[in-house]
Amino acid sequence: MVEFREIFNMESKETRKELVVSAIENGTVIDHIPSKSVFQVIKQLNLHEYEDQLLVGTNLDSKKYGKKGIIKVQNRFFEQEEINKIALVAPTASLIMIKDFKVVEKKNVSIPDHVLNIVKCANPNCITNVEDINTKFYVVDKTDLKLQCHYCEKTIVKNNIIFK
Amino acid sequence: MKNKSLVSISDYSKEEQIRILDLAEEFERNPTQKILENHVVATLFFEPSTRTRLSFESAVNRLGGKVIGFSDASTSSVQKGESLKDTILTVCNYSDLIVMRHPKEGSARYASEVGNVPIINAGDGANQHPTQCLLDLYSIRKTQGSLDNLNIAFVGDLKYGRTVHSLVMALTNFKSTFHLVSPFELKLPSYVKKHIKDKDLEYHQYTDLNEVIPHVDILYMTRIQRERFSDPMEYERVKNAYILTGSMLANSKPNLKVLHPLPRVNEISTNVDDMPQAYYFQQALNGVYVRQALMASILGVK
Repeated sequence: MVEFREIFNMESKETRKELVVSAIENGTVIDHIPSKSVFQVIKQLNLHEYEDQLLVGTNLDSKKYGKKGIIKVQNRFFEQEEINKIALVAPTASLIMIKDFKVVEKKNVSIPDHVLNIVKCANPNCITNVEDINTKFYVVDKTDLKLQCHYCEKTIVKNNIIFK
Repeated sequence: MKNKSLVSISDYSKEEQIRILDLAEEFERNPTQKILENHVVATLFFEPSTRTRLSFESAVNRLGGKVIGFSDASTSSVQKGESLKDTILTVCNYSDLIVMRHPKEGSARYASEVGNVPIINAGDGANQHPTQCLLDLYSIRKTQGSLDNLNIAFVGDLKYGRTVHSLVMALTNFKSTFHLVSPFELKLPSYVKKHIKDKDLEYHQYTDLNEVIPHVDILYMTRIQRERFSDPMEYERVKNAYILTGSMLANSKPNLKVLHPLPRVNEISTNVDDMPQAYYFQQALNGVYVRQALMASILGVK
């Protein structure tokens, strides 16, 4: 494995730091992903089919969270709707937009009002688990993450959320 | 409200609900009117429900409309593996309104989205049964003269009873005080109580039925089912505590009426049936007027 050492410029503060996952020239860094959610983020953003450079690290040391995952996507910037999808699987994630190896913007993810077709209804008797229907949920509690199914009207709590 | 599907009671505003009740009064005075002669109503009962289906069909027949449909999924193309979507799209070609009962929760909402005729939900699994709720509101208003500021007791299975959940939510629009009587295991779920709290209304919880009877205007009884209990001994312990007998009504208020969505098993003794407080059979009859009002309104003839 090739080791990369370089200057990583973040906001105004310059820090010298060894990068475990190499830097990208242009694109988006999705940082502070809970380690267990890294592959879920890849799936939700369809990055498994991405044809440009994609750098992934997981179980990396993090001062803030102990362990974290990171995904760097060359030449790709995400729409707000895509960013909100990340919020459901990785609420602690932050996005850093890079141009010419420099940080041009930072964004935190936020939980959306609606969740369309990425979550499976936990109620086995819900029609969405029988017919081929795009699921739809209303976020009824953003803090504790509670979703209400548009169809069966049952509420799913955070720990019971299953992604499609 | 022409062409407006009714899937969940909250699909209709308080004003729209009251409009249906007012219209139902008109049909109670004059139940046979040939105003649906040019209409076809489909009743799709993917699971059997004699009472609800007959009530809808009676309502259509009294208004001169035609009914098509099935009363059991085994006699329909569902048996051949047809999807709900395909069934609904097909039936939309043949009818002006679909009344549907289906064992899966959310099926009626889905049907209302795929079809191009309005849908009335006649029960989707354990989720919603809004016409039951409307007929309950009608029965309460008729017996009490008003829906406002009443003391209403719900008795029995408050956890799983969908009629209880919908009616509690609907009554929060009318400043009711709620008296919730149930075994500990079958208490009203917190997401339903939240609707009461959100409107700053009072509710009281009891485990003893006798305690509540002298204070209420409506006693809404429901059945406690054995299969709801994980511990069969617990069921044996509580099953008789929520049976209403004639003598228990001795100290009731003069205006008290006993309601029950039916079918009853043993939670109301038959010796209550002939007492002036018993209203559950009349309540079922009110279902016909309310369904006449609802269908006439959705089809745009009233």
